[in-house]
Amino acid sequence: MMARVTTADDTSSELTLVVNGTSHRLRLDHRTTLLDALREHLGLTGTKKGCDHGQCGACTVLIGGRRVNSCLLLAVMAQGTEITTIEGLAAPDGELHPLQAAFVEHDALQCGYCTPGQICSAAAMLGEAAAGWPSAASPSLTPQTGPVTLDAAEIRERMSGNLCRCGAYVNIVAAIRDVLEEAR
Amino acid sequence: MRPFGYLAPPDPAAAIAAVTGRPDAAFVAGGTNLVDLMKLGVAAPGLLVDVTGLLPDRIEPTATGGLRIGAGVRNSDLAADPRVRAGFPVLAQAVLAGASGQLRNMATVGGNLLQRTRCLYFQDVTKPCNKRVPGSGCPARAGDHRNLAILGGSPQCVATHPSDMAVALAALDAVVHVEGPAGPRALPLGELYRLPGDQPDQETTLQRGDLITAVELPAPEYAACSAYRKVRDRASYAFGVMSVAAALDVADGVVRDARLALGAVAPVPWRARTAERVLAGRPATAEWFGRAADAELAAAAPLPDNAFKVTLARNVVVRMLTELARSELAGDAS
Repeated sequence: MMARVTTADDTSSELTLVVNGTSHRLRLDHRTTLLDALREHLGLTGTKKGCDHGQCGACTVLIGGRRVNSCLLLAVMAQGTEITTIEGLAAPDGELHPLQAAFVEHDALQCGYCTPGQICSAAAMLGEAAAGWPSAASPSLTPQTGPVTLDAAEIRERMSGNLCRCGAYVNIVAAIRDVLEEAR
Repeated sequence: MRPFGYLAPPDPAAAIAAVTGRPDAAFVAGGTNLVDLMKLGVAAPGLLVDVTGLLPDRIEPTATGGLRIGAGVRNSDLAADPRVRAGFPVLAQAVLAGASGQLRNMATVGGNLLQRTRCLYFQDVTKPCNKRVPGSGCPARAGDHRNLAILGGSPQCVATHPSDMAVALAALDAVVHVEGPAGPRALPLGELYRLPGDQPDQETTLQRGDLITAVELPAPEYAACSAYRKVRDRASYAFGVMSVAAALDVADGVVRDARLALGAVAPVPWRARTAERVLAGRPATAEWFGRAADAELAAAAPLPDNAFKVTLARNVVVRMLTELARSELAGDAS
């Protein structure tokens, strides 16, 4: 539950953001998005600004494990949540997250600008499928127990919120499939 | 972006009072549309009143066999709910046809209903727009209108309502629960939205301080035999060119009842009541589905670059209803 703020007239607030397990106390103009707070105020530049309008997915981070566009979330509204960025996915000893390793292995990028967003998105997407969430590519909506089987069409639909202007989609899908198969 | 105050009140009554008391205040929940509009300069509230955590965020059965969906339920949770998927597949499909996984995680049911048109002129503050600046004019009629309305528009505005979810809710006879300065009330979804007429800036019947708290679905009856189909310019993550939400009740090859709504063709989610009347009691055949679509679309007033939507809507309606009739017949046989 979020801290309830009760003063209306200030245009900035003192607030706490918990990012990758670390608390940060900041005073931010209310106009600051979570994306700008991460990049410009906390020095966490792994999260990228692509379109800044929720159309490309480069800014994808996890809030309580769920993927969101950090460019459309005001930092003041992210108080009281657990924020995970690409910097928080690898193990503390530096061992890459399986998706990071698979993206390297499959050359799932060219310029790399969309990659942090792709990987954060994929990490949460695998959780959604494991929880049985359907997608527009699912053959049936009939509720079933257990995880959804993800073929290439499912992965493409579920990852459609992350654009790659270099067109590395073929290898992105391959990298995600690889992680799925290893988990099996 | 204009600087603004931010308030996270302790309860809905305080939130309603805060917005009622200031003409430049706005509720914010998921923020996926409002924050974008603020970046574009289309919206410039002086105070944001955060209702996340205040709105009901659960889906609960009603005493009459339907579902009450809290306005704070995230779109992704709505589409994943087993009761929605089984009893109201048209709704789950419509939600999954919209936006992206990230946006569905953020967007709430109440906010989805109140999102604004994606008409290019509305979103571009350097252009006139009667919806954004009443009386400034509408460049869309002579300009880019390929994606705009063929039904329900006016000389002042041909913007389309962008929601997929709302099209399914229109077909399902959903009821919207509102709390406001005058207390709580409930209204059919069709009475939430206004056609533009000569006041395209007035999109809903909500008053200042009114807060959508829930959406109620009546008992499914035959809503299990329902589906949503969306036509768009790319395979995923795009606003619709046109869409259809339909539910069909067929017995012995005859349509007992049908519910039909069209999306991305009108300033509001378009309940196709004329088509429904044509279908009732008629054979469940492609011929009659076509007659029903033609009757509905007789009122269409397309512009040069969106006349294709009339044919497209007819074709999609016929195909959708044909598929539903086939699946229902298959269901009867089993």
